[in-house]
Amino acid sequence: MGPTVATEFTPWLSLFGGALIGLSAVMVMGVFGKIAGITGITKGLTGLAPRVGGPGDRDWRLAFLLGLIAAPVAVLLATGSFPQQTVPDNLPGMALAGLLVGAGTALGSGCTSGHGVCGLARLSPRSLVAVVTFLTAAVVTTTVVRHAF
Amino acid sequence: MRPALGFIAGLIFGIGLIVSGMADPAKVLNFLDIFGAWDPSLAFVMGGATLTALAGYRLVWRQGSPAVGARFDLPDNTAIDAPLITGATIFGIGWGLGGFCPGPAWTALALGSPGTLMFLPAMVIGILLGGAAKSFPIFTTKGA
Repeated sequence: MGPTVATEFTPWLSLFGGALIGLSAVMVMGVFGKIAGITGITKGLTGLAPRVGGPGDRDWRLAFLLGLIAAPVAVLLATGSFPQQTVPDNLPGMALAGLLVGAGTALGSGCTSGHGVCGLARLSPRSLVAVVTFLTAAVVTTTVVRHAF
Repeated sequence: MRPALGFIAGLIFGIGLIVSGMADPAKVLNFLDIFGAWDPSLAFVMGGATLTALAGYRLVWRQGSPAVGARFDLPDNTAIDAPLITGATIFGIGWGLGGFCPGPAWTALALGSPGTLMFLPAMVIGILLGGAAKSFPIFTTKGA
């Protein structure tokens, strides 16, 4: 999927950013009474998630996604530059990855946020199993892609 | 009011993803590459997020009901079943390939990388397919 790009170990920034993510999850629970799962929020907007809220949930879900999309612009305004990122440039590979991420999170009812952050915070055994499963599958996949060929 | 609060929550979430490094696929893939260019930073993201939510959830649950919602709507499905395991495995494979999970993919949209512009529409199509697959007989015979 492209060359390996070296990244710096950033424990404090990562801890701080993680706390912001947790804070947002707490806000969504405290204000709307909902799990801040990005898959559920995305799915809710497609209209194919009858269980996860009616029309009354569409407004804040759409606004939440717009907030996610606006985040790099906020970083640009605050720091003067867009956040740095390196996205793999293997386009068919990225299309396949997107398809798998979407299908897997929909079938498994959650992703890194819903099962990971929110589910673990609820001490849900179901979410813990999901997290261990997707982390294992991801480590195996990255290892095979980077080292087996 | 509701859209404004939703936007602020999404913005905080997105800034958290960016500041933590979770929004950079290179960092995610290095986190997953335990036997190679390992960068353990993202363990701190998960730790910081989960501990904050663990404490914060308990504080807000004590209020009895959410500020603008009718009640706390928590998932009632506790089954560890085929859709969960199959879905999590498929998701993990995609995450390990591209380095994006759903939240970071949205925060990457405005940066316009070609890889992101391939990934995001495919992800939305995948969510529709995965939702439909939930009703397949192999996934509904037991549990769900």
